[in-house]
Amino acid sequence: MTRFLKNLGFLAALLLAALQVTLSPQSASAWEPNRPIQFIVPAGTGGGADQMARVIQGIVSKHGLAKQPIVVVNKGGGAGAEGFLEIQGARANPHMIVISLSNLFTTPLATGVPFNWKNLTPVKMLALDEFVLWVHAESGINTVADFIEKSKAGRLKMGGTGSRQEDQIVTVAIEKATGAQMTYIPFRGGGEVATQLVGRHVDATVNNPIEAVGHWRSGALKPLCVFDKERLKPVEKITATQSWADIPTCKEQGLDVEYLMLRGILMPPGVSPQQVQFYVDLLKRVAETPEWRDLVVQGAFNTTTMAGKDYADWLEREEERHRALMKDAGFLHTQ
Amino acid sequence: MTADLASLLLGFQVAFQPSNLLFMLIGLVLGIIIGVLPGLGGANGIAILLPLTFAMSPVSAIIMLSCIYWGALFGGAITSILFNIPGEPWSVATTFDGYPMAREGKAAEALTAAFIGSFVGALFAIIMITLLAPLVAKLALQFGPPEFFAVMFLAFAAFVGLGGGSPVKTLAAMMIGFLLAAVGLDTVTGQLRMTFGSVELMRGFDFLVVVIGLFGLSEIFLSVEEGLSFKGGRAAIRLKVVFETFKTFLSHWALAIRSCIIGCFMGITPAGATPASFMSYAIAKRSSPDGDTFGKGNIKGVIAPETAAHAAGTSALLPMLALGIPGSPTAAVLLGGLMMWGLQPGPMLFVEQKDFVWGLIASMYIGNVVGLILVIACVPWFAAILRIPFALIASLIIVVCAIGAFSVKNAYGDIVTMFVFGVVGYVMKKLQYPLAPMVLAVVLGDRTEQAFRQSLLISQGDLSIFWSRPLVASIMAVGFFVLLWPLFQKMMKRPELKPQQG
Repeated sequence: MTRFLKNLGFLAALLLAALQVTLSPQSASAWEPNRPIQFIVPAGTGGGADQMARVIQGIVSKHGLAKQPIVVVNKGGGAGAEGFLEIQGARANPHMIVISLSNLFTTPLATGVPFNWKNLTPVKMLALDEFVLWVHAESGINTVADFIEKSKAGRLKMGGTGSRQEDQIVTVAIEKATGAQMTYIPFRGGGEVATQLVGRHVDATVNNPIEAVGHWRSGALKPLCVFDKERLKPVEKITATQSWADIPTCKEQGLDVEYLMLRGILMPPGVSPQQVQFYVDLLKRVAETPEWRDLVVQGAFNTTTMAGKDYADWLEREEERHRALMKDAGFLHTQ
Repeated sequence: MTADLASLLLGFQVAFQPSNLLFMLIGLVLGIIIGVLPGLGGANGIAILLPLTFAMSPVSAIIMLSCIYWGALFGGAITSILFNIPGEPWSVATTFDGYPMAREGKAAEALTAAFIGSFVGALFAIIMITLLAPLVAKLALQFGPPEFFAVMFLAFAAFVGLGGGSPVKTLAAMMIGFLLAAVGLDTVTGQLRMTFGSVELMRGFDFLVVVIGLFGLSEIFLSVEEGLSFKGGRAAIRLKVVFETFKTFLSHWALAIRSCIIGCFMGITPAGATPASFMSYAIAKRSSPDGDTFGKGNIKGVIAPETAAHAAGTSALLPMLALGIPGSPTAAVLLGGLMMWGLQPGPMLFVEQKDFVWGLIASMYIGNVVGLILVIACVPWFAAILRIPFALIASLIIVVCAIGAFSVKNAYGDIVTMFVFGVVGYVMKKLQYPLAPMVLAVVLGDRTEQAFRQSLLISQGDLSIFWSRPLVASIMAVGFFVLLWPLFQKMMKRPELKPQQG
C-alpha cells in the first residue's frame, strides 16, 4: 500500500515534471537525480523540522522543481540519531538529504552516539529559527527585569521540548546569565509546551515563534524578549497592538543570552560537488516561491542562508559553541 | 449558541458542495484501506497524501484528510476481528472479543457491531464539539503532568485484575511491558536506555510492531499447530444479520453511552483513543453481569472499545484545532497541513476562520454517516474473506503483517522484531500469560512514566502533587476506587477469603 501511495505521488510528480519540461526547458545542469529523493527528518511527525521538510516537498512537487519526487521519511529514534546514522552510513548516495535542527550537535554530544556532522556534506542553511521568552499574560511579569527578579525570588518552572536539547540549553544559559535557579520540565513537542504555559502548569517557556503565536494573539501568552542579536523583521501587526518587531531583544533588556537554531540541509559523505550544487540550486528555487515566503513570515524565521564553505565554517563554530554550552551545563555524555 | 448553529449551517453548505463530497468519498475509501493495513496507519497515510492536497482549497483538503482519519478509524476494526491483527493501536481491545466471535462464525455480527459503535461514538463526540467547544477547550487546559498521570493511572487501574488468570502472571506480563516501553530515548533525561549501542533499539519498541507480532502472528502459529484449521468460514453471511445486529446494539444503549463518555473524556485530556478503548473495555467487563464471558466472544466486548475509541479519536481533534496540541500522531500531521495552507491552529482559528472550522465540523457529521453506510454495505464481503482456505490466507496475512511492521517506521529491523514477538506471543499463550496487560504497558508505559517524572520535577519530589488540586485528586480517587473495587466485592461476598488482587 505504501508502495502504491508512493507510486501515486510519484506519478503525480512525474506528470508535473513532464509538464515543466515541455513548458520551460531546464538549464542544463551537470547532475540530475534519476531516482526519487529520500528526505530524512531526524525527528517525529508534526514538529518544526518535519513541517519544513513537508513544505519543501510540497513546493517542489507543486512547482515541478525536480524531475524526481521527494519522499519525506521520519527517522526520529534516539533524538534523531537514527536518521543521522543512516545518512552517515549512506556513503556517496546522492539521492538522500537530511534536514537538521540543533540535534545535529546536541544528540551526539549528549548521548555519545558515534556520529558527527563533519562526516556529512553540508548543502545549504535554509533559515534560523528564533527563540522567544514567553510568560502567561496574567503572570504579572511584564519585562525581563520582572522575570529575573521573580526567578531569583523562587524557583520558576521552565517548560521546554526534550532534554539536553536547545530549550534546556537556553534555560541553562539564562540561569548562568542571571544567577537564578530554575526547574526545567521536558515535554515532547513545542505545541504541548505552549499549551502547558497557557494552562499555567509551567511559568515560562522559550518556544519558537510559530509554536506560540496563536496563544499570543488570543491574549493568553506574552513575549518578553527574543534571543537574537537584532529584533525580528516582520512589522505586520500580530496582535491588536504588537508585531514581531516590537519584541525587544533579550540583550537590550539586560539578559545577555543569544540562541538561534539551525534549519539546514546536509547530504551523505562522498558525494560530488555537482551533486551538491544540484540541491543548492533546487533549494534556492524553493526559497523563491511565495509558499516559502509565507512560511518564513509566519514562523518569523531569521532568513540568513548560506552554502559552501561559509556554511561549513558556521557549523564548525556552532558545534564548538554547543560543546562549550553543554559542558558548562554538565550535559555532555560520559562513559 | 444560536450564532454557532448558524455557523454550522454555513458549514453544511460548504461541506455539501459536490467537489467536497467527492473528496470526502475518496478520503473515506483511502482511509478504510489504510486502516485495514496494519502499520500503515492514519498518520503515515495522511503524511504521504498531504503534499497532494496543497493545490486544493484548505477546506477541501482538510475534509479529505479528516475523512481518511475517519476511514482509518472504521477500517482498523476489520483485520482485528477477522484475523486478530489490530490495524491501528486503538483496535487492539476490539480483538479480545471480536476475533473469538469471528471464529464462532459471527464475523458479520462483530463487524457490524464495531462499525455501529464507531459511528455512535463519533456522533456523540461531534455533537459535544458542536455544543461545547469553548468549554471543552478550557477543560483540556487544566491538564498538566499530574492530571495526565492520574488519567493514565485510571486506565491501568481499570485493567489490573481483569484477567481471570493468575494475578502473578498478569503482573509479570505488565512488568515486561513496562520494561519494553523504557527502551530507547528517555525524554526526561535525554539519555538512551537499554539500547546497547544498537540503532534498531534506539527507536524503541513500536507498539504496533509488537502488537502485530504478539496478536496476529502468534495466532497464525497456533492455527498452524491446530492443523491449518480456521473455523470462521461456515457461517451464512447475509445482510439480514446486519439488521439484527442493529437491534442487538440498541439493547446495549447504556453501555454505548458510557463508552461515549469515557471516550470523550480520554480524547480531551490528550490521552487519546488507545487508552480510551482499553479503559472502556475493562469497565464494561467489570460492570457486566456476564463479565466472565468477555474474551470469549461477547458482543459487548466489541461495542465498548470501538465506541470509546471513535469518541476519543473524534474529540481529540478539538484540542488540536483550539489549542494547537495534537491529540494523536495523525492529528500532528494534520496540524502541519493546517500551517501549509496558511492557517494558524490555535485559539484564534475559531474566531478568524469560521468557514474552515464549521465546514470541517459539518464534514464530520456527513463523513461519518457516509462512512457507516459504506462499511456496513461491505460487511458481507469483508466477512467472506474468511471463506478463503486458511493455507492461502495465512501466507497472505504474514506478508501483510511484514509490510505493516516495515511501514510503521520504514525499518527492516522491525520485521525481525515482529517475528520475535510472534514467537513470544505464542509462548505466552501456551503458558497462559495474558497478553493484554503487557500490551497496555507497552503502549502507555512511556507516557505514564514521563508524566509521573514531570510531575515530580514540578513538585521537586513531593508526591502530594497527585492530590494537591481538586481535578487531579478526584481522578486519582476514581482510579483507586476502580483498582480496589474487585477487592471490596470479594470481601462482601466471602469475607473469610483472602483478597488476591490490589
